[in-house]
Amino acid sequence: MVAIKNAAKVAGLVGGAIAAGSVQAVDLPEDRVETMYHLYDGGGVIAQGPALLIRKSMLDRVSLSGSWYVDAVSNASIDVVTTASKFKEVRNQGELGLDYVVRDSLIHIGGSRSVEPDYQADTLSMDLTQDVFGGMTTVVLGYSHADDKVGQHGTPGWVGTAHHWQYRLGLTQILTPRWTVSANLESINDDGYLQSPYRLARVFGTYVHETDPTTRESKALKVSTTGDITPDGAENRRSFRADYRYYWDTWGVRGHTLELGYNRNLAPGWLLESYVRYYRQEHALFYSDNAPDQTLYVSRNRELSTMHDFGPGATVSYTLRSVPGKYDVKLSGTYQFIDFHYADYTVVATGKPYSYHASVFNTVLSATF
Amino acid sequence: MSRLRPLALVAAAFVLAGASGCAFKPIEPWVKPYERERLADPVMKTSLNELPGRQLDHVYTVREGSRGATGVQGGGCGCN
Repeated sequence: MVAIKNAAKVAGLVGGAIAAGSVQAVDLPEDRVETMYHLYDGGGVIAQGPALLIRKSMLDRVSLSGSWYVDAVSNASIDVVTTASKFKEVRNQGELGLDYVVRDSLIHIGGSRSVEPDYQADTLSMDLTQDVFGGMTTVVLGYSHADDKVGQHGTPGWVGTAHHWQYRLGLTQILTPRWTVSANLESINDDGYLQSPYRLARVFGTYVHETDPTTRESKALKVSTTGDITPDGAENRRSFRADYRYYWDTWGVRGHTLELGYNRNLAPGWLLESYVRYYRQEHALFYSDNAPDQTLYVSRNRELSTMHDFGPGATVSYTLRSVPGKYDVKLSGTYQFIDFHYADYTVVATGKPYSYHASVFNTVLSATF
Repeated sequence: MSRLRPLALVAAAFVLAGASGCAFKPIEPWVKPYERERLADPVMKTSLNELPGRQLDHVYTVREGSRGATGVQGGGCGCN
């Protein structure tokens, strides 16, 4: 069931190698195996499952990668329990990638398929990473295209299709032996069936099927800086990171994301990554909690409402075994708390603004060789 | 005429620089490869692993109206 999903969400389009803070962009990715168990619990939704990633280089120029990600979802969110009933479903995503190094350039080609009972998304992405200025500047150009098929339980075949085009440009600059800055600009254009066949809107107290525009154009600009802040003579290294992203689109959504991070080595083999993240947005032009009259487009999708969220997170990694120059085996655990608040999405029974908090957890066993 | 004044000043600066024998030298990379050891340390990375970033990106993308410029490889529509 695709309830409460927004077909315009193009998480799958986000391909590529625009990695903020990376200073070795044209090196082939290191050979690695990652296994992960992940869990999200919040707002009546539990999503969990395993994930696997394998990356292996060959001939010193090519790196092949493959990954598999499972989302087993139990959904009893407020949208679902208000207008439908709790459901369970599983999403499987497979991905293949190829990286190729030529001189100071890294070429990446990747493809993925995400499949769930009533939704299928296929994505193809290409990225070119180029080092210039003696390796102090890294430029990334990327393009992705995705085709989605949208279904509905009880309806044979597909009820619609959606197409997505994404263009990205990234720039990372080394400023000093301790500091880097980067800027990423991404444009995503959507066309087709961008609404949910299940989601309902409210018009003067009456529930009607939501109607979203069939096109959407968005842009996001993110600027970041990362620095080594280890005091002279200190044994354990520390770093600081600050990211800010501004988002705007033709639906009228405006979003601000601020993230601050602090990492440090706790002891030999131990690494702590900590961060806080704040996000807020203004609602889409056609969003309404309870529209006073019927308009061409109307939605009560709370992703498009005026809302904000905030939360701290931390990851602790421990090196289980390390043979320098041969392999490393690490175990890590992440916990993040997120508090969501909606200004113009209300609980129907009480009429009060809706809010909830969520926990995000994952544990990863990884090996590099 | 006032629009031409800045251009005239720039042209004069070029002429003076040429007359005085100055030559424009390209800017050299000022952080050498051997000075980048701190930047390559794992403590400078946003995340040591790739998969956790995909989970977090997915969590946010399906709950917030914003998308893109995250540098994370995600996938699918996602409904959680």
